Amino acid sequence: MLCERCQERPASVHVTRIINGDKTELYLCQECAREIQPQLNFSIPQFLAGLLDYDPELEVKAPPAAERCPECGLTYEQFHETGRLGCPECYHHLAPRLDPLIRRIQGSSQHRGKVPRRAGGDLRLRREIENLRARLQQLVQQEEFEKAAQVRDRIRDLEGRLGKGGSSQ
Amino acid sequence: MSLNLERNSKWMEGSGPQADIVISSRIRLARNLKGLPFPNLMNSDQQARVVSQVSGAIQAPMVFQAVGELKLQPLRALAPEERQILVEKHLISPDLAAAGGEKAVVLRDDEAVSIMVNEEDHLRLQCLLPAMMLHEAWRLADAADDALENELDFAFDQERGYLTACPTNVGTGLRASTMLHLPALVLTRQAGPVLSALTKVGVAVRGLYGEGTEAQGNIFQVSNQITLGRSEEEIINNLSAVTVRLADQEREARELLRKQSRWQLEDRVGRAYGVLTNARILSSQEALQLLSDVRLGAEMKIIRGLDQRLLNQLLVRIQPAFLQFSAGKEMTPQERDVYRAAMVRELLAG
Repeated sequence: MLCERCQERPASVHVTRIINGDKTELYLCQECAREIQPQLNFSIPQFLAGLLDYDPELEVKAPPAAERCPECGLTYEQFHETGRLGCPECYHHLAPRLDPLIRRIQGSSQHRGKVPRRAGGDLRLRREIENLRARLQQLVQQEEFEKAAQVRDRIRDLEGRLGKGGSSQ
Repeated sequence: MSLNLERNSKWMEGSGPQADIVISSRIRLARNLKGLPFPNLMNSDQQARVVSQVSGAIQAPMVFQAVGELKLQPLRALAPEERQILVEKHLISPDLAAAGGEKAVVLRDDEAVSIMVNEEDHLRLQCLLPAMMLHEAWRLADAADDALENELDFAFDQERGYLTACPTNVGTGLRASTMLHLPALVLTRQAGPVLSALTKVGVAVRGLYGEGTEAQGNIFQVSNQITLGRSEEEIINNLSAVTVRLADQEREARELLRKQSRWQLEDRVGRAYGVLTNARILSSQEALQLLSDVRLGAEMKIIRGLDQRLLNQLLVRIQPAFLQFSAGKEMTPQERDVYRAAMVRELLAG
């Protein structure tokens, strides 16, 4: 069938619109669907980026607009418009303005999850050592000394590898 | 590669823990490659490079050992209707289906593992399993991620974790979600208050087809909002707890309906079944609502012998692109409604 809007291209998108409780269904082509998008779509990233506007403290502290990521050329203003960063390096170069936003939307600024084996470097080892230390404490409390000794040896072994960029097995 | 678009996905199986309410469980990990801009700033050469790197990585023995055979499908090679089917099966996002450029989707045969390539991030790894199997989906995604990381350099920062195009995904890059069928909460008018309370514990609620869609057929998706500062296990445990709690609440509402308005409930289910097995014209809206009533009947054992798997397959098979594809021709919405009714009649008749 043809697109209900342009009557030219084949319809491939089904759009349901609800305006003041009135529901209309449209069968549109990709182009027309994209054209009417702005009325239909509320962009979460954009909304979040917009949150910065309402922080008087940041407005004063933040340097003027001309910050740019030297890696990909994205400016903070561009990020502000789209809610999307340009490249992984943006996190570093736009940090002064980006970090407060991250803290606001995530409620935290320190990653506590998974660490990749290769790119993570020592961090994966350190996480493992932290976990083993907690385990060691537990075992000592439970008077499981034999197992505790094994864990202690493993910790020493891992500590020996720190700083050598070694991956954990 | 010839892609079998009509095959059933693993998530449609309809068996597993809490399968009377939880339809599917999904883990999504956002990953990006070092030294390249994010997809929105990439030129087509760079996009092609990402596709070819991913294509190489999925051939690695370690990846095969971790998750089995994966196949890459360039989206340019698919017609818009074919891409739309992947959207209807929850395998790619509407954004990716609509985008031009060098995009791809990687699929395992059972569609439980998939990767969107060059969507908002370079890789969006997804594991989609039936029923309440978030932890299993996480183990699968974790293993796939480890194996892929062996082949690809992911952008990672010790403080901020995995770096993503949008700061709402930074850190773990993890979005865990479950899809639930909550008709009794809707019928007893508890859905609104219950679901809006979830936002207070960092859980987002959406409709059947994700962001910005309404909850058609009483199907809701819940997912974590925060991706940084918590471990994957914490995020998944939190969402599991919320899902199980929601399922309990739904079960209580079902029992309440059974006690207080048994005949109205059974009448509703019976009528829905009657219409679905006899109607000659069915809009997708009406079909989804009736299927919800029939599903409720099956889940509450008011109707017996109806396979949960069939009901899950129907959720996808009544969607517009899937219908046109199985009819093998383009149809007007009116023709589609006739075809939909015939297909539902046939499948329910067994």
